[in-house]
Amino acid sequence: MYRYDEFDAEFVRQRVAQFRDQVARRLAGELTEDEFKPLRLRNGVYLQLHAYMLRIAIPYGTLAPRQLRKLAHIARTYDRGTGHFTTRQNLQFNWPRLSDIPDILDELADVEMHAIQTSGNCIRNVTADHFAGAAADEVADPRPYAEIIRQWSSLHPEFSWLPRKFKIGVTAAEHDRAAIQTHDIGLHLKRLSDGRLGFAVWVGGGQGRSPFLAKLIRDNLPEADLLSYLEAVLRVYNLYGRRDNIYKARIKILVHEVGAEAFAAQVEDEWRHIRDGALKLPPAEIDRIDAYFAPPPFDTKPPAAALRMPDRAFDRWVTRNTHAHKQPGYAIVTISLKPIGGIPGDASAEQMDAIADLAERYSFDEVRVSHEQNLVLPHVRLGDLWAVYSALKAIGLAEGNAGLVTDIIACPGLDYCALANARSIPIAQRISERLSARQDEIGDLKIKISGCINACGHHHVGHIGILGVEKRGEELYQLLLGGSGAEDAALATIAGPGFGPEGIVDAVEKVVDTYLELRAGPQEPFLAAYRRLGATPFKDALYAAA
Amino acid sequence: MPPLEEESPSLRAPSLSPRLRGEGRGEGQPQSPTPVQAPAPHPSPLPAEAGREDQSALAPAGEPDPEGPIWQAGAFRRNTWSRWDGEAALPDGPVILPKARWLAERDRLAGRNALLGLQIEPGEPIDDIAADLPRFALIALNFPKFSDGRAFSTARLLREKHGFAGELRAVGNVLSDLLAFMRRVGFDTFEVTHPPTRRALAEGRIREVKLYYQPTGADAPTDGTRPWLRRHAD
Repeated sequence: MYRYDEFDAEFVRQRVAQFRDQVARRLAGELTEDEFKPLRLRNGVYLQLHAYMLRIAIPYGTLAPRQLRKLAHIARTYDRGTGHFTTRQNLQFNWPRLSDIPDILDELADVEMHAIQTSGNCIRNVTADHFAGAAADEVADPRPYAEIIRQWSSLHPEFSWLPRKFKIGVTAAEHDRAAIQTHDIGLHLKRLSDGRLGFAVWVGGGQGRSPFLAKLIRDNLPEADLLSYLEAVLRVYNLYGRRDNIYKARIKILVHEVGAEAFAAQVEDEWRHIRDGALKLPPAEIDRIDAYFAPPPFDTKPPAAALRMPDRAFDRWVTRNTHAHKQPGYAIVTISLKPIGGIPGDASAEQMDAIADLAERYSFDEVRVSHEQNLVLPHVRLGDLWAVYSALKAIGLAEGNAGLVTDIIACPGLDYCALANARSIPIAQRISERLSARQDEIGDLKIKISGCINACGHHHVGHIGILGVEKRGEELYQLLLGGSGAEDAALATIAGPGFGPEGIVDAVEKVVDTYLELRAGPQEPFLAAYRRLGATPFKDALYAAA
Repeated sequence: MPPLEEESPSLRAPSLSPRLRGEGRGEGQPQSPTPVQAPAPHPSPLPAEAGREDQSALAPAGEPDPEGPIWQAGAFRRNTWSRWDGEAALPDGPVILPKARWLAERDRLAGRNALLGLQIEPGEPIDDIAADLPRFALIALNFPKFSDGRAFSTARLLREKHGFAGELRAVGNVLSDLLAFMRRVGFDTFEVTHPPTRRALAEGRIREVKLYYQPTGADAPTDGTRPWLRRHAD
């Protein structure tokens, strides 16, 4: 994985020193909260319902064991012993003291981490396929490009005061695990018609109050032109994106209002002037970054492994939580942070330490964070799966539910978040408990829960989405059906009137029962059945009796 | 902390000719003797190369004055420019016009001897007056709200696409946390009214990150291990 050189290290140290000075001025009363707010947000510090929250960037979701141990240390020393992995492949601490944050950032800098641009109207932490560098179906590792984008976007002088936040996601496989169509810019690394690597560029996706899927504006961008083209897109957005209404300020609205074709033409016009300038990526530079992501020294003749043990839970776990690796004899392991009835995405300091140990011992020093709020050991020998499983079982993280109905995405919601209208976590916990006994029978089904219209829980692209709103002082939950964030992306539609905190769990179960009753068979997953059947039978089941 | 401009020695040079300004934006890099003539990524489309230099080279810096509104070359200075909105009589000396006023009075002002400046508001295009740009010794870009970053793009377009070599002035909400970004996209003078920012500048108390991952400006480097990266002077 990428390692800082002296330049990167000094850059982060200077940023911490700058923020330390700003915090000191705030604590001394020289800065008002209003003056301090834009400064702290640039460094990942939010003021939430009960405390400050620190959001730490995990670029493209890749972590080394020493970094995960540092996060565990920070959780123990400065927080309440827990970290929360988010849908942006980041980690949030919910209880740090403001006066401790500069020290936390210095500790992070010790392990080549930071919190730069995890908030604010700037280019946010770049995300990527969490199976990058391991998945059998990718054309190349997308992370070198994500790292190049990370560097280019760090404190960019032109694009630090955009109309609104800006998210870039990168994938390199036809099966889109990075949800690129819900990003402001989604990049699909692929082979171009000339056989060389390049990108399909999708622009204008986003969730929030007005969800849009991204539009394809260029299908054949040579890799050398990546940064100049991004700069052209960002410049058009910075100049013409709406600034009159915060809810219409994302690039998705601009692309929607002017039309994808006109937007693309504007970008081309801008790009024409800069594509052969200083941003042109020389092959040697791509190779230099690429070398950091060289495949680990795989065992090319791994010993034959018994994948089935006389243990049903292990069998389930292998079936659900391992994924095909590009290297024969290896598997990608998903560590579910969704124990039945647990808080989605939470990991204790002890669990983080244990997973760091496992990564060192069994996964060539690599851990990934998925946007589905799970962790991943990307390179595990098949023969080591039993040992990994057993170790995960000891820390309560061996649930074999990846992609199942209990593998729920949920935002922090009203339990923590200052923006939320309703709680998300308890809803996720109750659905998990309610459906866990039948989850294998139900099969692939993604439930995504947001506690407000900002849609951090990705409810628009859930097979079943839940949106918490507030109505006359009560929490109310809208139910959405039929969304997808993958390569078959679709926006979910609202099923009908909302439900209370108890009723929403019953409603989800009703939808599941209807699916089980009407599906063509166990081989037809929920989304396929919904697309075949349409919304009507589900609506009938939900509302007929009412 | 050293004063803001300590790392930009050339900005303290008494002359602010555009030739020197090229050096000012290449802090910390070994400079070629004639940086402005280095090949730009895209050549300026402007025809009147000589005319532009005549105008911009004449831009005078105001006298140093701690109460003066203009931060330039490491000191507050008096403003040598006045604004003219077209209502009152055209003042003598250098004036800054809104774009609409320039479009309305272009012919009348064509033969004027005193210097002309132009103020561009966020959202106002500049492509339609590209041919006129060499006639301005100063272009002021307004930041009506600190969160409105459009002028950052306009500044780069003026410098890098249109080759504007005159004085580029930031006006409006010029705040300490924006200054480093402003300098990097091509601004060289700043009208600063915000009292805390004025104090911070006067006392040299602005901390900033001095390492850059992006090239900006027509003198962007083309060699080194990271072509899009350049290092600010330490």
